[in-house]
Amino acid sequence: MPPTPPTGAPLRRGLTRARPARRDVLRLAGAAAGLALAAGCGIRGQKRPEVSAAEFWDGRRRTGRLRFANWPLYMDEDRTQLAQFTDATGVRVAYDEAIQDNPSWFGRIQPILANGGDIGCDLMVVTNGLELGKLLALNYLAPLDHARLPNFAEHGADLYKDTAYDPGNTYCVPYTSGLTGIAYNPEYVDREITSLDDLWDPAFKGRVGMMRDPQEIANFGLLRTGAEPEKSGEREWQAAARALRGQREAGIVRAYYEQDYIQPLTNGDVWLTMAWSGDIFQQNATEGTDLRFVVPEEGATIWTDNMIIPFTSRSPVDAVMLMDFLYDPEVAAGLTEYINYVTPVPEAKDRILAHAEDAEGDDRAFLTELAESPLVFPTEDEYARLHGYVPLEPGEDEGFTSLFLGITQA
Amino acid sequence: MPGPSGTSRAPYLLVLPGWIWLAIFFVLPICGMLSVSLMTGNVIDGFGFTGAVGNYAEALGGYWEQILRSLLYGLCATVLCIAVGYPMAYWIAFRGGAHKATYLLLLLLPFFVAQVLRAISWKFILADNGVVLGPLKALGILGPDAHVLSTATAVVCGLAYNFLPFMVLPIYAVLERVDHSVVEAARDLFASRTQAFLRVVLPLSLPGVFAGVLMVFVPTSSDYVNAAVLGGTHNTMIGNVIRTQYLVNNAYPTAAAITFVLMAALLLGIFGYARALGTEQVMEVQAR
Amino acid sequence: MTAARAAGSVGSAGSAGSAETAGAAGGGARAPRRRPDLGKWFTWAALAWLFAPIAGMVVFSFNDIQGRQNVTWQGFTLKWYGQAFAYADLNQALLNTLALGVLTMLIAGTIGSLLGLALGRHRFRGRGTTNLVMFAAIAAPEVVLGAALLSLFLTVNVTTGFTTTLIAHVMFTLSFVAITVRARVLTLDPALEEAARDLGAGPWETFRLVTFPLLLPAIMAGGLLALALSVDDFIITTFVSGDTTTFPLWIWGATRVGIPPQVNVMGALIFGLGVLLAACNVLLARRRR
Repeated sequence: MPPTPPTGAPLRRGLTRARPARRDVLRLAGAAAGLALAAGCGIRGQKRPEVSAAEFWDGRRRTGRLRFANWPLYMDEDRTQLAQFTDATGVRVAYDEAIQDNPSWFGRIQPILANGGDIGCDLMVVTNGLELGKLLALNYLAPLDHARLPNFAEHGADLYKDTAYDPGNTYCVPYTSGLTGIAYNPEYVDREITSLDDLWDPAFKGRVGMMRDPQEIANFGLLRTGAEPEKSGEREWQAAARALRGQREAGIVRAYYEQDYIQPLTNGDVWLTMAWSGDIFQQNATEGTDLRFVVPEEGATIWTDNMIIPFTSRSPVDAVMLMDFLYDPEVAAGLTEYINYVTPVPEAKDRILAHAEDAEGDDRAFLTELAESPLVFPTEDEYARLHGYVPLEPGEDEGFTSLFLGITQA
Repeated sequence: MPGPSGTSRAPYLLVLPGWIWLAIFFVLPICGMLSVSLMTGNVIDGFGFTGAVGNYAEALGGYWEQILRSLLYGLCATVLCIAVGYPMAYWIAFRGGAHKATYLLLLLLPFFVAQVLRAISWKFILADNGVVLGPLKALGILGPDAHVLSTATAVVCGLAYNFLPFMVLPIYAVLERVDHSVVEAARDLFASRTQAFLRVVLPLSLPGVFAGVLMVFVPTSSDYVNAAVLGGTHNTMIGNVIRTQYLVNNAYPTAAAITFVLMAALLLGIFGYARALGTEQVMEVQAR
Repeated sequence: MTAARAAGSVGSAGSAGSAETAGAAGGGARAPRRRPDLGKWFTWAALAWLFAPIAGMVVFSFNDIQGRQNVTWQGFTLKWYGQAFAYADLNQALLNTLALGVLTMLIAGTIGSLLGLALGRHRFRGRGTTNLVMFAAIAAPEVVLGAALLSLFLTVNVTTGFTTTLIAHVMFTLSFVAITVRARVLTLDPALEEAARDLGAGPWETFRLVTFPLLLPAIMAGGLLALALSVDDFIITTFVSGDTTTFPLWIWGATRVGIPPQVNVMGALIFGLGVLLAACNVLLARRRR
């Protein structure tokens, strides 16, 4: 490489450089356009063909192995219920706390299911929200064979059968339900919190936490504006959005949380927040904190986490066996004693009380409190104050989520 | 510096593996995205290519605020990184002595603790009544309502914190090989340390700064972890929006359109910047 | 000057080490200083900033908590170190992350260095396009890279997992390595190579004996950068990892329930390893001097 003449180089570069660069850009753009057109035939519908229960279950056998994807804190460290299941049936279960929130889980499995691939689990737990609606609409779930679910038929509460989101439990069997209400830290809040008005109180400016999930926050906006979520429409949604926007613009909201509100609530960054009942229960039980959870007088939200079987499940028979096993009242009681959410098995209450009889000291007090708690075993009056998520027709959900994401993602 | 070797096959052999990799795993998928950004439809029935330019109007109309905010946060974080990183790189390169490698190692060590974990750790340290703000409040230096978390400051500092080493390393890599005798000669000529720095060291280090800006500005403006962990109600960045549109809404065309708007904004900025004070000027300094 | 050269050629220590070259003339030359070294204070202050959250993490790896939330200080204990590997899936995640990081460093380091060398040194057809594509690869938000790659893998029916994650990591770190190396090549003095050639060295020898050693710091920096980016990556990995879990993914998942002290312990152990490497480096440097 002989040295170029020092004066020549900059000059030549000045003359030539701009053009090749521009040409390169054009060429690249051309290639991109070509490829775009080639790929431009579209993304095919992600829907799978519908399969009837009879077709699906025809010739299925138990495999003796089951892969179960669940949420963190939804079973104790020793996986007691799974050990019981293995003892009773011989099916070995690989348990994975793979699901942290519905949208990301859906984002992860949707493309795989669209291709008919294995998603790494045979049974999973998903909340009755938008994502479950999509999974149902896309025919990604195995229809259930209710002949294999005698415990569910016998011990499941009527309220959890034949739900609006899945009539006749064609695809879903509830794992647990829970309430979304207000939690507050009495160390900082020196009055009793009873109403949604408290979440809008300027006295708590910058100290209120709200949830980021569109359906969760929409429900609180609707209840605040006096609407009933299950029967709401576009007009009510707009009013709710206005109320929530006002709350944000007044500086009352500190942040919109996904699921990480417990730590700020414990250390005083937020004083009161939308919260899930079981989280508060567990925090108090394990950390000795004194957080309070209330169902506001205007009402609160009840949601259900459902056990569902992806249609690509390798062991659907074993999966449905576990579903049914968890409806044994004794098993359900054990599960509830750990997760502290609303159980779909009412008989579990008596079992927990019986366990309390046998226990001593703190354990006894805890179990008694649990069995008597309206947050775990709501009475009928209390159920009347609880509302489901806004039911969304296909085609409505995009506008709905955009409206409420516009609030939490400003 | 094109010479005889410029016509040989050598450069093509050098770039071939990189080309193949980038073509298959970057250009191809991105072109696919480009076509997605012009589609309409929904996740249930599928998306069809309709040349829907309206997606771009929607992206710009609905999210210009978040795009501008992201660029602004990225810019602030980049400036902060230069302000902190340049002196560091300079000191390590010229005064680091026997410990240069150690300093570089120290600089990279934090990365071995995952960013997510460090962001969460910041959240803990900067809590309203935490180890930093608690004592300051107790001493009455700060009011009881003062907070750092959930503010733009927290997000920008978090971003700068995460990407500081990306600024220091390239600047260091260039400064480190600046011939010290040149600097001394310059000092003899100009007699002022400041002038020697401005006229000799700074121009020589510009390629490093350029690389650093690229490595900091771009990822900071499209990050979403910091805004999600450290931000509050008005600190949403465009990365958060894109993620949500993808994963929560399955609005792939909208998400793709927002993405291309963001990429275009970043590329324009980078090329404008490259033209204004980038590599060419430096090459001419070299040619002299 | 010889002392300075020797000091400048501190060898790399372990995988995370960095090397200086003898060619970097006088980098370590130290003039006697009269005033306090502000630069030193500044550098250490900045380093303190970088390490503050890690200090917090290490302190809380000794926290004697009873429940799940590792938030308030409840007393000193070493028990978490005894149970450091109590979570099998956390261990696996850590191993995955380390393996991915090292492989990414090697592959992206090699390919990226070649690319950077060619871009900085040669003028060839498609150079501008290559630059543009690299800029675009860096400018693309990680969310997009992840989503775009995932759709590619799915179209061609590739099951996502370790390999696809590796491909993705190499893809997005490649340009960073290339840019680091190119910045160095651009400032390289061509006279040195010419001198070598005048002395009768062939092209390969010139590269091996002159160019490569001169580029080594940048290549090392680029490789380390690739390693750091890979180990740290969260966003792209979420899309293409399939059933492979990495350390950051595991932690993000654990935020809802409180991060177990084992995560702090592992962070502290990795960090301790790094400190050890740094210490070895210092000792080596002393001995060589």
